[in-house]
Amino acid sequence: MSRNVAIVGVGHSKFGVRNDVSLPELAWESIKMALNDAGIEQKDIGYVVVSNVGGWSSEPLPAVVINEYAGICPTGTVRVEAACASGSAAVKLAYDMVASGHVDIAMAVGVEKMNESPTPTVVEFIGRAGNYFWEFQNFGLTFPGYYALYMTAYMNKYNAKEEDFCKVAVKNHYYGARNPKAQFQKEITVEKCMASRYIAWPIKLYDSSPITDGSAAVILASEEVAKQLTDSPVWIRAIGYASDTSNLSKRENFTSLKAGYLAGERAYKMAGIDKENVLKVFDVAEVHDCFTIAEVMAYEDLGFAKRGEGIEMIRNEETYIGGKIPVNLSGGLKAKGHPIAATGEGMIAELTNQLLSRVEKDRQAPIKNGYALAHNIGGTGHYAYVTILSLSKS
Amino acid sequence: MSKEEKKTMKEMYDSQMKQFFEFVESMKKSLGVPMFPDMKTGRAQYLDQREITLKFVISIENIKDFFNALADGKLLATKCENCNEIYFPPQRDCPKCKASGLGWIELSREGELITFTQINVKPYSFSHYDDYIVGIVRLPEGVNVTAWVREKDPRKLKPGMKMRLEIVKREPENYYTYEWVPVK
Repeated sequence: MSRNVAIVGVGHSKFGVRNDVSLPELAWESIKMALNDAGIEQKDIGYVVVSNVGGWSSEPLPAVVINEYAGICPTGTVRVEAACASGSAAVKLAYDMVASGHVDIAMAVGVEKMNESPTPTVVEFIGRAGNYFWEFQNFGLTFPGYYALYMTAYMNKYNAKEEDFCKVAVKNHYYGARNPKAQFQKEITVEKCMASRYIAWPIKLYDSSPITDGSAAVILASEEVAKQLTDSPVWIRAIGYASDTSNLSKRENFTSLKAGYLAGERAYKMAGIDKENVLKVFDVAEVHDCFTIAEVMAYEDLGFAKRGEGIEMIRNEETYIGGKIPVNLSGGLKAKGHPIAATGEGMIAELTNQLLSRVEKDRQAPIKNGYALAHNIGGTGHYAYVTILSLSKS
Repeated sequence: MSKEEKKTMKEMYDSQMKQFFEFVESMKKSLGVPMFPDMKTGRAQYLDQREITLKFVISIENIKDFFNALADGKLLATKCENCNEIYFPPQRDCPKCKASGLGWIELSREGELITFTQINVKPYSFSHYDDYIVGIVRLPEGVNVTAWVREKDPRKLKPGMKMRLEIVKREPENYYTYEWVPVK
């Protein structure tokens, strides 16, 4: 049977336009923080999983470049890709290395420097992330375009309005304004969101996460080692995963992300959590809000709301602190920023800090049960990872 | 409308990039290295002195009938003669029953719009087009087909509308592809 695995250290760089640093410098910011947080040295790490999607940035072998810079060599490393869920995939692989007994300490580090290329090139690269030959080649879909297909269908089926979706952006900017690591630290209004221009109708600029540079790192250890390192380990209780078709035309519906739903089901089962009870179990969640529609679908896919009622949840402000379940208190991808392959580690780092009650006061969730959930989607529901963290081991 | 406003997104992108490269060239001339301050933040940047163009060569040997038929005005899918599964986009292999060398069928031309979007901020390689609408349409055969929809205003469309498929020449590239046309 596999071993228990704990998070013993996390690091999170400032997200944003980070042209003040190079790719390895940016990675080092979060690696150094995580090493200090764990109280370990580079030589203690048994394996490093690097998540980076790249294409828009210059280094084709980011894993070795980062490890050399960070003095973690010849430990053994790999670079993983699961689009916007690469970070959670990296955590999954690091988790497996420890749980299986191959190593006692492993690190997942995500880094992305999207601003090494001009915006039209980045739009092109992300637009190609789906099925290049049958969707992009002839029809030029973009990342917001793929999610807009879902937003159109959702609005039509459940009579949701563009204003409703803007309320997701308003909430996430509200918390982003309280997070010094966030790319956007300004509150917005529904009016401001509604007045922003369409980028892929009906998705507007303020429905959308930005182009972001950033890094985040998570250090995992076996139970035995974790106990030596810290009095406050955060346990990884489950990592659920699923995937879906590359061609969106092959999807069964456009009002939910099946992979997100299945990853959630798997994670709940692994952690022994009854899906009917999720609102009573989790103190806080980070969900994948690359676009406002994605956060609404996440509420439903994860069982926070019934089908068609996710939009009610945001209308009624039930995902603020004090509501049924606080969601994206970091600002989410929307306001904290979305450095594609660092987003997953960023979510885990944020939730670790939430569970340990060490984030800024005005965005700290009250921790009662000691459970948190990270929902990380890659592409347009192509990949999905749901990670459950807890202050208790079992 | 002034001439300035009629510029395509591509012309805008290109002129911005041209200005940027000229600025870096002038910096390089005076400093002897391609370094320059970022225009917004003043932070020192280095402009890559190497460049590659990506243009892929993709094998269609096993689905070439699709493209030959397209040029003849037909939209084809593949069908597994063993388990009757229909594939669009067409594929040679049936992963369901592991049969290979699937046969071809012509698809219906009318279906129902499931969902759509209009692409306003376009990728660089599509930036010479006006804003375009992309829709997904379900055919009676049970497969969905993604394509541009011949309509300028997304507010005139609604999921459930009937759509008819036309084989069209895509300009200015001058090649055959397919497009959805709302049935009035």
